[in-house]
Amino acid sequence: MTNRTIRIWTLIHKWTSLICTLFMLLLCLTGLPLIFHDEIEALTEEDNLPSMPAETPLKSLDEAVASALATYPGERPLFLSFDEDRPVVNVTTGPTARPPVSQMHISAIDLRTTRILADLNDDQGFMHVMLRLHVDMFAGLPGELFLGFMGFLLFLATLSGVVIYAPFMRKLSFGTVRAGRSRRLKWLDLHNMLGIVTLMWVVVVGLTGVINTLSVPLVAYWRANELAAMIAPYEGKPMPEHFASVDAAVRTAMEAAPGMRPQFIAFPGVRFSSNHHYAVWLKGATPATNRILTPALIDAETGAFTDMRSMPWYMLALRLSQPLHFGDYGGLPMKVLWAVLDVLTIIILGSGLYLWVARRRGAQEQAGASPGLRAVTGEAAE
Amino acid sequence: MKPRAPLPLPAIFGIPAAIALVTTAGLVTALLDDGLMDTLSWAALSVPILVAAWAWRKRER
Repeated sequence: MTNRTIRIWTLIHKWTSLICTLFMLLLCLTGLPLIFHDEIEALTEEDNLPSMPAETPLKSLDEAVASALATYPGERPLFLSFDEDRPVVNVTTGPTARPPVSQMHISAIDLRTTRILADLNDDQGFMHVMLRLHVDMFAGLPGELFLGFMGFLLFLATLSGVVIYAPFMRKLSFGTVRAGRSRRLKWLDLHNMLGIVTLMWVVVVGLTGVINTLSVPLVAYWRANELAAMIAPYEGKPMPEHFASVDAAVRTAMEAAPGMRPQFIAFPGVRFSSNHHYAVWLKGATPATNRILTPALIDAETGAFTDMRSMPWYMLALRLSQPLHFGDYGGLPMKVLWAVLDVLTIIILGSGLYLWVARRRGAQEQAGASPGLRAVTGEAAE
Repeated sequence: MKPRAPLPLPAIFGIPAAIALVTTAGLVTALLDDGLMDTLSWAALSVPILVAAWAWRKRER
């Protein structure tokens, strides 16, 4: 590598880092409690599922939806999702088909009694604030896309960091931390060492975070293309007046896709369905396939099967980006590892910021000493 | 500790590439299955953390 190449990559590393570092610190700090959101929520909300005999028959999904609508009169059902390991469904209702999240109501309903166990309308509290700061800084879609761009800058900063790692390490063995000389040298070595060992985790969590910020445009694109093609015969038809049974729709969908189980149902009009259909989103039954969703469209008026198509690659990427970003797919030990790697990332960000400040201060003190490239590689080569 | 001649690129990036590979394997295995695969994933994702701890322990004071 010529000195000129090194200088260009150093500039890329400096500026991409400087722009994104404060936002990345915010994301790492708010992300830390979010890794454990299941555990934290379990602590604050006691499990209120009453114990009943194991063979207690379950009520129908239609009755569960009716129970939610009775609690929020005048609203319409938007989504129904199934709890993984207990006879509970979560019914989301709202005043219109696509209301802002703040106007939605989510009721956890015991399928044995159709009693509402809890309303999950968590729009305040510590975890909600952490989530909003992490997702969009309370700025909606523009905030989300902005953080996505910051994540892309982090990717560039990481990439350029790997390139300039080489000249730094030309005469050092791997993992060297010179802690006994100057404070700056210690933090420089730590920054380089932590940066290079956490490289792949930072890249994967960063890029999957970027993909997650594109969720709204990606779903809109899917709706305008894939979904539009599936429901072409329904174009221009008004919304149905009467809705067929939800239970029958789920049965029809499961018959069309043997071996798959419903993950959630999107009601007519919402983002994940058409204006005329129940979209029953089915998942595979094995650990490897249960993240891959396939929507089956059931005519909401007649209950007839319309179409079923597997998700296109960009929806699959969106889907897989969730576990890879959240670290919630390998039990509590994985979450702990995620948290440690998150803390190491905070140290990398903080030390990077410190090195920039320290170097500026040093450059000002010895103005005219032309630090140039020496300031980049000088210490490592000394 | 400090080699005199400049190190060639493979010597600089050999261990980092191996760590990156192990991390990737750890991230992917847990997606595929539960149980044993999760345990493999925990072991693999511990590698970058353990290497960082090792480098800190043997720091030049």
